[in-house]
Amino acid sequence: MSTQHLLSLLVENKPGILTRVAALFARRGYNIESLAVGTTEIEGVSRITVVVSLDGQPLEQVTKQLNKLINVLKIVELEEETSVARDHMLVKVRTDSSTRSQVLEAVTLFRARVIDVVSDAVVIEVTGNTAKCQAFLKVLEPFGIKELVQSGAIAVSRGSKSMSEKVIR
Amino acid sequence: MATETLTGAQALIRSLELLGVDTVFGLPGGAILPTYDPLMDSKKLRHILVRHEQGAGHAAEGYAAASGRLGVCIATSGPGATNLVTAIADAHMDSVPMLAITGQVNSFSIGTDAFQEADIVGITMPITKHSFLVTRAEDIPGVVAAAYEIATTGRPGPVLIDFAKDAQNGKFEFSWPPKIDLPGFRPVTDPHGKQVQAAAELILKSHKPILYVGGGVIRADASKELLALAELLHAPVTTTLMARGAFPDSHPQQLGMPGMHGTVPAVTALQKSDLLITLGARFDDRVTGDIKSFAKGAKVIHVDIDPAEIGKIRHADVPIVGDAKVVILMLIAELKAQMKDSKPDYEDWWIFLKGLKERYPLGYSEPDDGKLSPQYVIQRIGELSGPEAIFASGVGQHQMWSAQFIKYERPNSWLNSGGLGTMGYAVPAAMGAKVAQPDRLVWAIDGDGCFQMTNQELATCTINNIPIKVAIINNSSLGMVRQWQTLFYNSRYSNSDLNTGTDTIMVPDFVKLGEAYGCLAIRVEKVEDVDAAIKLAMETNDRPVVIDFIVGRDAMVWPMVPSGISNDAVQYARDAAPIWDGDE
Ligand SMILES: Cc1cc2nc3c(=O)[nH]c(=O)nc-3n(C[C@H](O)[C@H](O)[C@H](O)COP(=O)(O)OP(=O)(O)OC[C@H]3O[C@@H](n4cnc5c(N)ncnc54)[C@H](O)[C@@H]3O)c2cc1C
Ligand SMILES: Cc1ncc(C[n+]2csc(CCOP(=O)(O)OP(=O)(O)O)c2C)c(N)n1
Ligand SMILES: [Mg+2]
Repeated sequence: MSTQHLLSLLVENKPGILTRVAALFARRGYNIESLAVGTTEIEGVSRITVVVSLDGQPLEQVTKQLNKLINVLKIVELEEETSVARDHMLVKVRTDSSTRSQVLEAVTLFRARVIDVVSDAVVIEVTGNTAKCQAFLKVLEPFGIKELVQSGAIAVSRGSKSMSEKVIR
Repeated sequence: MATETLTGAQALIRSLELLGVDTVFGLPGGAILPTYDPLMDSKKLRHILVRHEQGAGHAAEGYAAASGRLGVCIATSGPGATNLVTAIADAHMDSVPMLAITGQVNSFSIGTDAFQEADIVGITMPITKHSFLVTRAEDIPGVVAAAYEIATTGRPGPVLIDFAKDAQNGKFEFSWPPKIDLPGFRPVTDPHGKQVQAAAELILKSHKPILYVGGGVIRADASKELLALAELLHAPVTTTLMARGAFPDSHPQQLGMPGMHGTVPAVTALQKSDLLITLGARFDDRVTGDIKSFAKGAKVIHVDIDPAEIGKIRHADVPIVGDAKVVILMLIAELKAQMKDSKPDYEDWWIFLKGLKERYPLGYSEPDDGKLSPQYVIQRIGELSGPEAIFASGVGQHQMWSAQFIKYERPNSWLNSGGLGTMGYAVPAAMGAKVAQPDRLVWAIDGDGCFQMTNQELATCTINNIPIKVAIINNSSLGMVRQWQTLFYNSRYSNSDLNTGTDTIMVPDFVKLGEAYGCLAIRVEKVEDVDAAIKLAMETNDRPVVIDFIVGRDAMVWPMVPSGISNDAVQYARDAAPIWDGDE
């Protein structure tokens, strides 16, 4: 059985760091479900959020191997109960005069937003946890999804503590 | 701080000098030429010009493995750099502290498929501990110092620095020491006291413990401490292929090597043990065989400086992250405190083990074809050379026999390629070892196959006055492959004949080859000539020596546990499993 884990990595923003992280996953046989990267509140430090699915391998091996990368500063697993995770998604859906209103209804229901409209399609943006995004996609599917772009999950722990505390020199 | 205007190339040489590097092995080319110019003037750095960059890499490894110091190799961009790849991978697998320096095309040409451009940082990412691409001269001192730190601290390993040509040519104000900024690199050397305490408790509760000693003990320079621990406990010791010499072979508590070609006592002791005291060893599949049936009844104390090794293959009941030397010293103190005046009693365990040692000593039978027995030749090299010598081997049967039939009494005296199993390691590694330890007798015990992969470095040895001795264990075949074909492929010898034996066309003739390289080269075919040849080699120090020992091709490495099966099925010799007592 495969299990999914959401890991947050603080890394030095050095050339090749993304390659090093991604290659490690590939080399050790771990599957990346999603990956998101960006800069953080600290200059020179980036944050990688990665969802990894493991087939029986212990998560501990993954984090230990990642920790061996010289440019990796800190790794935490964010658990569902104590953190918030969001996916961002852009979906281009086929519409015509007969289906548009149904699509717009779904948009309202899921608190998504329409950001572009043409005669035969709309572009919708939606933010939420993975389950909500997947449910929304299910609803849109019958109309015809022409294009789908997903950011990958990003996540942060609840409360006032920051992941970068104690990491930075 | 006083500064001085230097080019990047001068700064590289100066940084190496300031870090105490005294030798580099390399071969120049366009992209590294700026660095070769100031190298020529250095009084502190000896550069040894190799004939192939793989040789430079293994020489750096041999230098490091014989001395415990950082080994350094240099190559140009593109093919020069890719020629280093095998040696870098080898150093990675065997935790060898190594710095690989490569030239790169100008930074503004990177990514354009420029002449001799290869993404060596990308290529070596999975086989280095870390790597750097340097595009600005002013970064050089900091990067070189950081690379040194990474390669030699914690679990040692190879670090590569790729220097763009314009970074070597650029000028800047050099100052020393540079600031080393490695916030993500914090190796743990001191263990948790609680864990050490738990380990001591477990040890004193056990009835059948064994010290499972790996290469980490050699890297930690902890042989003395290990001896003290072993004698305090009076527990048996087994040393992996990478740890031969970490504990004296002459010691009565030594059971020999574990694993696929380990001794029956060592393999069996691990299987029957109730506690593995694992020190700097990594549960390699060549040691464990089928992991599910490995040492099933044993609890595990696992000491390693790399947290990722602990629990990777086998669950550790007491995990201890730390430097083996520090941990052993703490463990000794803790044990003494817990033991007070009583000693643990392993009497029954020793009765069992002594029985095994008596019944199943290492041995061999004489070849049927009347040729020399390879084990005998290797054993005599060991006996005549003594424990102060250094022995480097290739990969194959001769490697296993060298691990089995030479008695190692001190760490860093046995150099080989264990993890990657790189044919061609022996000659350049012996060369590097001889440069690091010029006063020691250094042998390369090589196979006829391996020797043909890197023997060009004999030119380097002759020209630079590095008088190594090469013993070719010439069975006219890729012997280890042949052994597997005999055992598992119905004796169908697909592409394992080398035609280097005396009853073949003998291509090449190793004596002529050795002579062409300026070596003293002789052939030995009779048992009565073996000792004299070895002695002649030991007396000859004005040039390298090559001895072509013509040995029987059907000799096999025993004991053996066939790949992937349980270590309970260890075979003492062909079709001869050890006989266990009824109560076993
Ligand atoms: C043809 C062939 C046959 C082989 N057959 C056998 C065989 O029969 N038996 C056998 O044993 N091997 C055999 N090998 C070798 C095998 O493949 C492995 O290389 C070897 O077993 C690994 O040795 P090790 O466990 O000591 O670990 P090493 O590879 O030496 O690793 C050292 C460990 O120590 C740790 N370490 C490093 N520094 C420190 C420190 N300062 N403090 C604490 N820990 C530290 C490292 O993190 C690492 O985990 C064979 C190889 C070949 C090519
Ligand atoms: C570079 C490389 N290629 C192939 C192998 C597979 N291999 C392992 S042992 C061996 C035979 C080595 O022959 P030789 O050097 O004559 O040693 P022998 O086993 O005969 O003592 C081979 C081909 C290897 N380990 N390394
Ligand atoms: Mg051979």
